[in-house]
Amino acid sequence: MSIDRREFLKTLGVAGASLSGVSALGQSKPESHSEEFYAILHDITLCEGCQECEFACAVANSLPEPSDYPDSEVKRKLKPDQYSVINAVETSIGEVYTKQQCMHCAQPACASACLTKAMEKHEEGPITWDGDKCMGCRFCMLSCPFNMPKFEYDSNNPKIGKCQMCFSRLTEGEIPACVENCPAEALIFGKRSEILREAHRRILDDPSNYVDHVYGEFEAGGTSWLNISPVPFEELGFNTSMDHKPYPELTKGFLYSVPSVFVLWPALLLGLREATKREPENNELEVEE
Amino acid sequence: MSEHILSKDLQPKTNRWKFLLGELKPKGKLLTPFNIISVPVILLGLVLIIIRFWKGLSSITNLSQEVPWGLWIGFDVVTGVAFAGGAYVLTFMVYILRMEKYHSIVRVTVLNGFLAYLFYAGALLLDLGRPWNVINPIIGNSFGTSSVLFLVAWHFMLYMLAELIEFSPAIAEWLGAERARRILKSLTIGAVIFGITLSTLHQSGLGALFLMAKGKIHPLWYSEFIPILFFVSSIFAGLSMVIFEGSITHRVFSHQLAKGNHKSHDQILRGLAKICSVAMFAYLFLKILDLVHGHHLSHLFTSWGAWYLVEIIGFVMIPMFLFIRGVKTGEPLIIKIASLMTLIGIILNRLNISVIGFNWMTVDRYIPTWMEFEVTFAVLFLEIWIFRWVLHRLPVLRPIEEVVKSQNIERS
Ligand code: SF4
Ligand code: SF4
Repeated sequence: MSIDRREFLKTLGVAGASLSGVSALGQSKPESHSEEFYAILHDITLCEGCQECEFACAVANSLPEPSDYPDSEVKRKLKPDQYSVINAVETSIGEVYTKQQCMHCAQPACASACLTKAMEKHEEGPITWDGDKCMGCRFCMLSCPFNMPKFEYDSNNPKIGKCQMCFSRLTEGEIPACVENCPAEALIFGKRSEILREAHRRILDDPSNYVDHVYGEFEAGGTSWLNISPVPFEELGFNTSMDHKPYPELTKGFLYSVPSVFVLWPALLLGLREATKREPENNELEVEE
Repeated sequence: MSEHILSKDLQPKTNRWKFLLGELKPKGKLLTPFNIISVPVILLGLVLIIIRFWKGLSSITNLSQEVPWGLWIGFDVVTGVAFAGGAYVLTFMVYILRMEKYHSIVRVTVLNGFLAYLFYAGALLLDLGRPWNVINPIIGNSFGTSSVLFLVAWHFMLYMLAELIEFSPAIAEWLGAERARRILKSLTIGAVIFGITLSTLHQSGLGALFLMAKGKIHPLWYSEFIPILFFVSSIFAGLSMVIFEGSITHRVFSHQLAKGNHKSHDQILRGLAKICSVAMFAYLFLKILDLVHGHHLSHLFTSWGAWYLVEIIGFVMIPMFLFIRGVKTGEPLIIKIASLMTLIGIILNRLNISVIGFNWMTVDRYIPTWMEFEVTFAVLFLEIWIFRWVLHRLPVLRPIEEVVKSQNIERS
C-alpha cells in the first residue's frame, strides 16, 4: 500500500481517478501511519501576512472573500464561512503572522466524536465534512482540542465550516489552494514525513531564527498542519498545554468496556435474580400481581 | 379484578374508541395554579421553537463557536437523564433483588422515567442543527461506531423501548386487553435486565461525552473517571427524584391511594434514603480520590475551588448526612429536604461540567438567554401535563379495579 502511495506522490498530476475509491482510514490505525499522510508546513518566519492564502481559500471553497486585515490589535477568528485566518501577533521580536485552520489531526477527535461519520478522515490526511450525513449535534466542536469546526448558528440549514485541506483538489492531483498561492513560500506541501524532516532541517540550519519546536509534530498525537516559529508558540497564542496523545484515546477505555458490560451485566443480573429467589413457584412476581 | 377486565374485553370495538375519546377529555379542575402558569409557558415555548427552526439556533440561544452545547444539553439532557435514573435502580431492587416493599412505586417511576427520556430526547432534537439527518445513525447508512454519542443515542432509544415494555401492562389494563397484558407482563423481566444494562452504559456514557473536552473543562470537574462518577451519582439522583416526585404526587393524587399506602410510603422513603446515603458516600469517596489523584488540590483555594466545595459539601455531603438522619429518625420531612438538596447538587454538578466550568478560561462567558430557560420550562411542564394525564387514567398508583370504579362514579 505504501508503494502505491509513493507512486501517487510522484505522479501527483495524473492519479486523480484511481484515488476516488480510496476508503476512509479507521480511528485505530497505528500512529506510524500518520507519516504517510500529506502535511503542510507554515513557516512563520517567512510569512508576510499578505492574505493571499485566505483569498485563495475563499475562491477554492466558494466562500465570501475576507474583508478585514491582520491587525495585532484584534484577534481575527475562524468563521463558518472562513476556513483560514492570518493574524498579526505582537511578539518580543516584533510583529509576526500566524495562520489558523483545522489542523487535520492524524487521529482526529472530531471524526471519532461524529456519530454519523460526517466528519471523516481520508487516507491522504484531510478530514472532510459531509452535509448529507451531519445532524448538527456539534459534538465535533465540543471534542476538537483546537476548536476548529465552526457552526452556522444563524441558519435554518446550518453547515459546519472548516478547512478540508482542499480534498477535492487533492483527488484531482492538485495541491491545496493556499499552498499554491503563497507568494512568500511560507507554505509547503508534501508527505508528512518529508515535511517534518524539512521543518527540522530548517530549525537545525538556523537555530538562532527558530525555536526548536515543530508545532503539530506531537500536539494532539500529531497533525498534518505543522508550524515553525521564531518565537515560542505560547507567545503566539497557540495552545501548548495540549496532550501529546491522540484525543480519541481518551474515550477508548470507555468504549472498550461497553461490550463486556453487555455480556457480563445480564448474566450477573440473572444470577442475582436466581439467588434471591426464596420459594420458587409461588414467589414469582407475575403470579403475585 | 378479572371480572371487570373480561366484561370490558367483550365489549365491541366501537366502544373502545368511544372509551378512548372519553379519556381524552380533561379530568379534574382546569383553573389550578399549575395550569395557569404552565399553559402560557408551553404556548410561548412552542412559538420560540418555531422561531428557532425558522431562523436558526442563534435566534433564541446564546450558543457560540466557543460554547457549542448550552443549557438544553447541559440541563435537559445531561441532568434530566440522571434524574430519570430512578427507574433502573428501582427495577433492579424489585425485579432482581426482589425487594417487594418497593413494588408499589415501580410503575409510577418507570412511567416518569419513560416520559423524561421521551421529552429530553425531544429537547435534543431542538438542539440539533440538521435534525432531518437524525435518521442517519439510526437506519445504519452512516454508523459512527467510534462515537460515544452514537452509543448514547442508541441506548436512549433502546432504553425507551425497554421502559415502554415495562410499563405496557398498565396500558393493557387500562384498555382492558387481558390477553395482551399477560403477554406483555411476561416480557417484563427481559426488559428489566436489558434496561439496567443499557442504563449503566448510557448514564456513564453521558459523562464519557465530555472526556475529549479535556482542557476545556475546569480541572476540578474534568476527570478520567467522569463516566463512573456519572453512573454512581445517577443512582442517588434518580432515587432522590423518586422521593421528591413521590411526595408531590402523593399530595396531588392522595385520593387515589389506599389508606395503608401512606404508612408504607414512609417505610419506602426510609429505605430509599438509606440507599441514597450509601451511594452518596461512595460518590464522595470517589470524588476525594479523584481530587487527590489528579493533584488538583491547589485549585481548591481559588474561587472555582470555593464553588466546587459548595457543590460537594453543600449539596452532596450535607444531604447525605440528612439522609442518614432521616433513616434514623424516620422523619419524612428531613428525607424530602435531603432529596431536594441532592437534586440541586446534581444540577450543579452536571451544569458545572457541561456549562459553567466549560471554557472556564475564556473571558466572555456563556449565559443562556431567557428564551433558553423558557423552552426548558415548556418542555418540563409539557412532560408534567402528560404525566398527570396518565396518572388520572391509567392504573399507575392504584390497581385497575379502583380506576374503573372511580371512572364509573365520575361518569354517573
Ligand atoms: S483540528 Fe479539530 S477539526 Fe481539525 S482534524 Fe483535528 S479535531 Fe478535527
Ligand atoms: S455536528 Fe455533524 S459533523 Fe459534527 S459531530 Fe455532529 S453529526 Fe458529526
